[in-house]
Amino acid sequence: MSRTRVHAGPDRAAAADAALAAAGIETGSTILVGGFGMAGMPVVLVDALIRHGADDLTVVSNNAGNGDTGLAALLAAGRVRKVVCSFPRQADSWVFDGLYRAGRIELEVVPQGTLAERMRAAGAGLGGFYCPTGVGTLLAEGKETRVIEGREHVLELPLRGDVALIGAHRADRFGNLVYRRTARNFGPVMATAAAVTVVQVDEVVEPGELDPEAVVTPSIYVDHVVDLSENPAGVESRA
Amino acid sequence: MSTVEHVERGPLSRTEMAAIVARDIPDGSFVNLGIGQPTSVAAHLRPGSGITLHTENGMLGMGPEAHGDDVDPDLTNAGKVPVTELPGAAYFHQADSFAMMRGGHLDVCVLGAFQVSAGGDIANWHTGAPDAIPAVGGAMDLAGGAKDVLVMMNLFAKDGSAKLVPTCTYPLTGVGCVSRVYTEVAIFDVGGPEVVVLETWGTTVAELATRLPVPLHPAD
Repeated sequence: MSRTRVHAGPDRAAAADAALAAAGIETGSTILVGGFGMAGMPVVLVDALIRHGADDLTVVSNNAGNGDTGLAALLAAGRVRKVVCSFPRQADSWVFDGLYRAGRIELEVVPQGTLAERMRAAGAGLGGFYCPTGVGTLLAEGKETRVIEGREHVLELPLRGDVALIGAHRADRFGNLVYRRTARNFGPVMATAAAVTVVQVDEVVEPGELDPEAVVTPSIYVDHVVDLSENPAGVESRA
Repeated sequence: MSTVEHVERGPLSRTEMAAIVARDIPDGSFVNLGIGQPTSVAAHLRPGSGITLHTENGMLGMGPEAHGDDVDPDLTNAGKVPVTELPGAAYFHQADSFAMMRGGHLDVCVLGAFQVSAGGDIANWHTGAPDAIPAVGGAMDLAGGAKDVLVMMNLFAKDGSAKLVPTCTYPLTGVGCVSRVYTEVAIFDVGGPEVVVLETWGTTVAELATRLPVPLHPAD
């Protein structure tokens, strides 16, 4: 049993460092990192992960870093052994491209919907699911198959994280979350699929200020909230 | 309907191709437009058609590309280009977005392709070259999930080889899932017992038959 802890203060980086220190990240951990491109990418948390120093990490994220900051900087620092993602190759993914071509990073490519559903299965206590996506392609090779309702499916196994790092728009102090627009993307699913979930938010509000009908991620999935607002008034620093 | 041959003119421009694809999408459809060339179809959808655009990163009711003050980094399309929100839009997370595809709720998706086979196989994610970095995104989910999978591509590659083929030589994205292929010179129905040419621009069925490695049939 644990209640969500809010980390706040005038120094956002220090608050993020405290959250990550409490999250139990270790050498060899599997880290789920939210975001689709930069929308929903928890940049402050990823920067804290670089400072944290853990290496030999497995990173699960839709993309494999953009430009030279955030996830790309984590890769460039040599902390990541393996990337599990759907779409590593982009116009600005030169850090990943270089490491991959040099044989310095492992890659597991997963169809985007299967990536999301494997994490959903982990968070929902399922041992996997039979999925029609990718049947007859390279990405189904070696997987158990089964014909269901006349259609071939492949067995996909749950994908679990030790820690999830995600971005959301607002949290209340209990850790209930709402998101903004398409920045929601992988956040709600990753929050369920990791042993410990750390969220960076634009603002933390009092319990009761979020409409319970509109809460997307209930607090039960959230362990640490890092408040990025300018003046985190009314929220005591517990960093 | 017999094949319509527009021989008095040249091949379709890219804009004209987008308009032709848009013309054929039924009113009221839920539609996903893939990244690249298919994205351009959005600009040609008929006002009042009731077509709702789905974007795989988690939205129904996507509007046109955003400019100036409308740009919001939290609101992008699958190509990570800033877009806008239409009245009646809805947001949802990735597992829901792809459940919509796999669950057969999307009426139409439009994809680009390296190759399409006569039987409706599609290859569009990986060249298979040793130094290529494979990136699949949502292509396999879309190819297998939408009720109607349309492909929009040039009929010939830069080296002159046909992209409508008996069997794909690039790694597959989906098997037997494509129903129709839109190119700059013709529209083809694939995935059935024979490849049927529905419409041509700047050429004829007979001439295309001499240039393609698959048998062609005019529409009845």
